[in-house]
Amino acid sequence: MKFMLMMNAPMGDGEWNMKSWKMDELKAHVGFMKAFNQELKRDGVLVVAEGLAMPNQARFVRASLKDNSPEITDGPFAETKEFLAGYWIVDVESPQQAYDIAARISLAPGAGGKPMHLRLEVREVMSAPPVEP
Amino acid sequence: MSRVGEHLLRELAPQVLAAVARRYGDFSAAEDAVQEALWIASQRWPHEGVPENPRAWLIQVAARRLTDRLRSDSARRRRESELTLELPPEQQLAPPPDTEPEKEDTLLLLFMCCHPALTRTSAIALTLRAVAGLTTAEIANAFLVPEATMAQRISRAKQLIKKSSVGFRMPSAEERGERLAAVLHVLYLIFNEGYAASGGESLQRVDLSSEAIRLSRDVQRLLPEDGEVAGLLALLLLTDARRRARTGPDGELIPLDEQDRSLWDRNAIEEGVAIVSQALARGAVGAYQLQAAIAACHDEAPHVDSTDWPQILALYGVLQRMTDNPMVTLNRAVALAMVQGPRAGLELLATLDGDPRLAQHHRLAAVRGHLHERASEPAAAIANYQAAADRTSSTPERNYLLLKAARLRERAPTP
Repeated sequence: MKFMLMMNAPMGDGEWNMKSWKMDELKAHVGFMKAFNQELKRDGVLVVAEGLAMPNQARFVRASLKDNSPEITDGPFAETKEFLAGYWIVDVESPQQAYDIAARISLAPGAGGKPMHLRLEVREVMSAPPVEP
Repeated sequence: MSRVGEHLLRELAPQVLAAVARRYGDFSAAEDAVQEALWIASQRWPHEGVPENPRAWLIQVAARRLTDRLRSDSARRRRESELTLELPPEQQLAPPPDTEPEKEDTLLLLFMCCHPALTRTSAIALTLRAVAGLTTAEIANAFLVPEATMAQRISRAKQLIKKSSVGFRMPSAEERGERLAAVLHVLYLIFNEGYAASGGESLQRVDLSSEAIRLSRDVQRLLPEDGEVAGLLALLLLTDARRRARTGPDGELIPLDEQDRSLWDRNAIEEGVAIVSQALARGAVGAYQLQAAIAACHDEAPHVDSTDWPQILALYGVLQRMTDNPMVTLNRAVALAMVQGPRAGLELLATLDGDPRLAQHHRLAAVRGHLHERASEPAAAIANYQAAADRTSSTPERNYLLLKAARLRERAPTP
């Protein structure tokens, strides 16, 4: 069964304020992620892992009500408190195994090299065999 | 490569692997070498023709690959293979006298690949590669994961086999029953994976259902007296027979009672019914045989109204006494509702609410929705269909359930 693990980071000046991290802190964070993804690959569970560009690069897009042309709004968006920093899709034996992986990611080091305890949203990917109704 | 050649290669894969593994005592390395040999054959045979003795050819090529690898491995390994190099090459690489292929090789490999020490996903992957002869890319594609991930999964499984006491040998008499059950379960899971993918964009993917049926046939040939092996093969054939009718043009699910029965595969039904009847006549009834017998009841009914529900209910009753699986109770409730009416079915379902294995399962809510609908209780039916839609992780199933609920809402608005 496949699960998507979405790593949400707080907007603003929270622990995720990466731009104020020291060099060592940044290196430790990046190193942690690389090593962990390698481990997921070695374990034969990794489907995909991606980090996303900074939230201030995000755009809201919808079809304009006038002529359906793309209507683009620049970020960041004042109303959002958290943003999606990155996501994983893993193929595992059980929900618990996905939760365990999410909890490991949550330990990614941030400022001061301490675990950030970021919250991940875990959602099953629709891929199970259907049962004949 | 032609279908025939491909078929031959897959057929030979387990025999070749068993021969090479037995000779060199290293299953993991033998497995890699056999994969390479299969690949070389798939490239050469279409141009050069199939060799006179394809099995011996493959064994020889795989053995050469294996010795090449051993030679280029560590220094210790190198010294060892230098010793073997002193032998004249014909002697080193000579294929074994072409005796009758070890009859039970396929079985032996299946016992190993489906060992209970492996996780089921690893057992499935390893079985498909080592026994079914599929490439890692084909397996990865079938499960929609990257090839590198699947390669790791297979290699981890092989390492685990190497480290554990699984061993390249037949299980002892006392563990045989449990080990055979593990093999049958893995084949069943492979079939289900394929059955799920049978709607929509599956043309590029290896058909796992057919692979599971092919492997089950092999096992049945080797163990013709085993009722449960026959039961599994019959169950797969009788389920697969309905494949073309079970989804619509856009991959939407069509329930059994609405399927166009003229699309059912008559040959598969005939074969499945014959196999399960023969097995049941021998006695020693097991869960797969009963499920096959139930599938046969459905498949043999020319119209949904002529389904022999009392017989199906009786079979579920026997199955219930044999296993502690709440899913059986669930299915029995459906049969009971068909015989005694939806109220009786709902009462039986109520006994499952306290079972943690099923209480939150989408299928319980889905069946309940169906029975409430039949009992003309649209509000309860809608609520249950929607609860089931929340819980399922199958897209076609969710669409089906949402549609059921929507249809009822539009027909009779609920307060």
